[in-house]
Amino acid sequence: MSDTHAQTVPFVRDTMLPAAQPPDNQAGAVRWLRENLFAGPVNSVLTIAGILIIFFLVTHFWDWFAHSVWNASSLSECREIISATWGPDARGACFAVIRERWNQLTFGFYPSELYWRPTMTFGLQMIALAPVLFATALVIRRTVLVITAVVTLAAMIALGSPMIWLVFAAIAFAGGIYASERNVRWLVPVALIYPLAGIWFLWGGSLWTPIFILVGPALGWVAWRILGKRLPGVGMFAAILVTILFWMILAGDAANDAQNLIPMSIESVRSDRFGGFLLSVTIGVAGIALSLPIGIVLALARQSDMFLIKSLSVMFIEFIRGVPLITLLFVASLLLNYFLPPGTTFDIILRVIIMVTIFAAAYMAEVIRGGLAALPRGQYEAADALGLDYWKAQRLIVLPQALKISIPGIVSTFIGMFKDTVLVTFVGLYDPLKSMPDAIRANIEWKGIYWEPFIFVGAIFFIICFAMSRYSMYLERRLQRDHK
Amino acid sequence: MTDVSASTDTSFRPSMLIYDRRYRSLTFQVIVFILVMAAMWWLISNTITNLASMGKTFDFGFLFQRAGYDISQTLIPYSADDTHFRAAVVGLLNTLLVAILGCIAATILGIAVGVARLSKNWLFGRLMTVYVEIFRNIPLLLWILIIYAVFTEIMPAPNAYRGDDPAWSMILFDNVALTNRYTSIPTLGMTNDPGSLDLGARITFNWATIAFVVVLIGGWIARGMIAKNAQKVQNRTGFRPTTWWKSLLVMTVPSLFLIWFFGLHLIAPALKGFNFTGGINVSNSLVALWLALTLYTAAFIAEIVRAGILAVSRGQSEAAFALGLRPKRTMNLVILPQALRVIIPPLISQYLNLTKNSSLAIAVGYMDLRGTLGGTTLNQTGRELEAIVLMMLTYLMLSLLISAAMNVFNSRVKLKER
Repeated sequence: MSDTHAQTVPFVRDTMLPAAQPPDNQAGAVRWLRENLFAGPVNSVLTIAGILIIFFLVTHFWDWFAHSVWNASSLSECREIISATWGPDARGACFAVIRERWNQLTFGFYPSELYWRPTMTFGLQMIALAPVLFATALVIRRTVLVITAVVTLAAMIALGSPMIWLVFAAIAFAGGIYASERNVRWLVPVALIYPLAGIWFLWGGSLWTPIFILVGPALGWVAWRILGKRLPGVGMFAAILVTILFWMILAGDAANDAQNLIPMSIESVRSDRFGGFLLSVTIGVAGIALSLPIGIVLALARQSDMFLIKSLSVMFIEFIRGVPLITLLFVASLLLNYFLPPGTTFDIILRVIIMVTIFAAAYMAEVIRGGLAALPRGQYEAADALGLDYWKAQRLIVLPQALKISIPGIVSTFIGMFKDTVLVTFVGLYDPLKSMPDAIRANIEWKGIYWEPFIFVGAIFFIICFAMSRYSMYLERRLQRDHK
Repeated sequence: MTDVSASTDTSFRPSMLIYDRRYRSLTFQVIVFILVMAAMWWLISNTITNLASMGKTFDFGFLFQRAGYDISQTLIPYSADDTHFRAAVVGLLNTLLVAILGCIAATILGIAVGVARLSKNWLFGRLMTVYVEIFRNIPLLLWILIIYAVFTEIMPAPNAYRGDDPAWSMILFDNVALTNRYTSIPTLGMTNDPGSLDLGARITFNWATIAFVVVLIGGWIARGMIAKNAQKVQNRTGFRPTTWWKSLLVMTVPSLFLIWFFGLHLIAPALKGFNFTGGINVSNSLVALWLALTLYTAAFIAEIVRAGILAVSRGQSEAAFALGLRPKRTMNLVILPQALRVIIPPLISQYLNLTKNSSLAIAVGYMDLRGTLGGTTLNQTGRELEAIVLMMLTYLMLSLLISAAMNVFNSRVKLKER
């Protein structure tokens, strides 16, 4: 056979030819253009449409942005500068309003000599977040903490912070960075206590109030240690009961007495002075911190075998998800004094935070329920087979996996909630998006300025939300344990 | 011996309420039940005390008093002399109007953008990504305010359209006029008006509308029957008869006939005096709200559609090609049925979100349910409790209805498993 083959083939090449250059239209930029922009008639039409859209946007908005003015004290001054520089018909953006009203957009009506307090609060917050957000990545943690420390301390100096608080913040940052370098778990107690500290920094008042709020759970923990050994089921109830009783009966008077005995307080700031991004971020951070645990509890309750627990949870979730957030905010502002004992009033920001939290928690519960349902049945059965009780099984096996699956949903719920914080404008709070620009426009100097505040506020929201969604993608990759 | 152990097994000790798994859940549920009941009793008794101390009662009688305020845009006839109840219904219909228009437009735009993001075109794909990211990461309220400001600040007063050489001209073949107060769109005129069906309470439907609805539904059913018949023939003989022209005929010819029969035509708005007349003047609050809801929700729908199509594994389309199916049939028979199953549930929740977000109408003064019942009526009568409870229940019913309807649809497209 092989003989015939050799005879019938007249010529066999025994060396490789040198590789030829590809044809001109199959190489380099031309090829890329052909493949990505002009791969067929439909594709070419789309490309041309895209170019037209970009052309339209650039021709209509470029000169407006290029002629922007950053330094003026009123809209008419802006217009004078623009017509003096670029001719009488030129139009331009007047971003000077952002520069002039920066403090108002950022801090609302917070007393200007205390601006350093919110700055310090949200700077120090990064230390508390370190064990939660970047627990596994030392390099990222180091970078974030060092940059935050430098920026926060510089901002505090610029905003005229008293020396003692500057030293306090510096020591806190140094301690935080040291702990993060040595063992980030040391910062977990900081993360637990920080919400109270943050509230105290922002609203001020007596230091004894947060301290006595903390004493409640501490007493509860003691009760749990004493009773829990003998009566495991009763221990938890006793702990909760002791905490609540302490808060309701003793905490207020004790804090007052302690304040009279040893006064320790900083200037208190009323809630109606909050506004702008300070308000959004306060509500957003509080809502995010509270809605996740409540959402987990609701999701577990909805998956529960106990009929009553399950139906209560379903009713709650479906009710909250079925009504718009605005109506819940109206309940907070108009109806709460119907539902509470006569004469009780409590802070409007706190009411809004509660409503935003339960709203986000209901959505969170559905997201986490999806994660729980997506977990293979074998995982639950394996936990049972190991003899773990319900809470151990949830804590060690089910929730870590279910939460990992639901990270994208959880973060998009966070993003949605942060965007929803602007709705507080409808219950009379000064959000950065509607009420603040309206307040700015109410001045004669800035009457008629629409686009610049919108663009600025939109850009800030975009940066924060986009960063959150990118962070969730990073986290998803980081936590991926299977091989794909 | 055996008797003793059996008796200890069955005897009930109080400690078993805590330690025995059979009873523990019961104990727990009883405790929770008591706590919930106590909380409810506390809230209700507080409410009763507070109402009594304010000298108010809890009754819905105010709904049947004279409303006394005007609503600029209504779907059913309404005047200030009507009751608060009718005002609330007008508001509810306005909510439904913007929600339905928004859902339709957002679905179309969302699917288009979602598919465009998957296209191999580098430039267009990037553009669509930019659109989706920008709209998803900025609050809806901002979009509503910006679009409303575009209409009120940039669009001209109606008299800009006046004269031989006007500063502004109408768009879409001289059919639509954009002004700073309203958008004027053409209305439908009939030369043979068949009159209206009166449903009472001044709600009327034109017979022509009813005829069109009947004819369209009839055409859809006939199309289904033709397809079924074709399937039968295919099963029997192995060849599918050509049906597209029959389907097209039953779907279009009756409608065309009705258009001719009633003498249906468009009446474009025209400037008379200070305003446009002849067409329908849609208030800019509705147009801005609708546009903003559409653009915002479409960005989310685009992501859902993209994720749904990507969720169908490549092997499915490769298998279909290996079987010799053409790309279009692969899409219709293999990819879409599987992608829809992933797409529909999140799509439902987007429709729900859109409906609930329509309550942001408050920002532009569009009189939806919140604007009438939860706004002017509430302020005029001072009945916060009743008005807000009623409003929340209405929104809740609306949401439950939408999700129920969509769940039925979802269960039909769901994968039939064992």
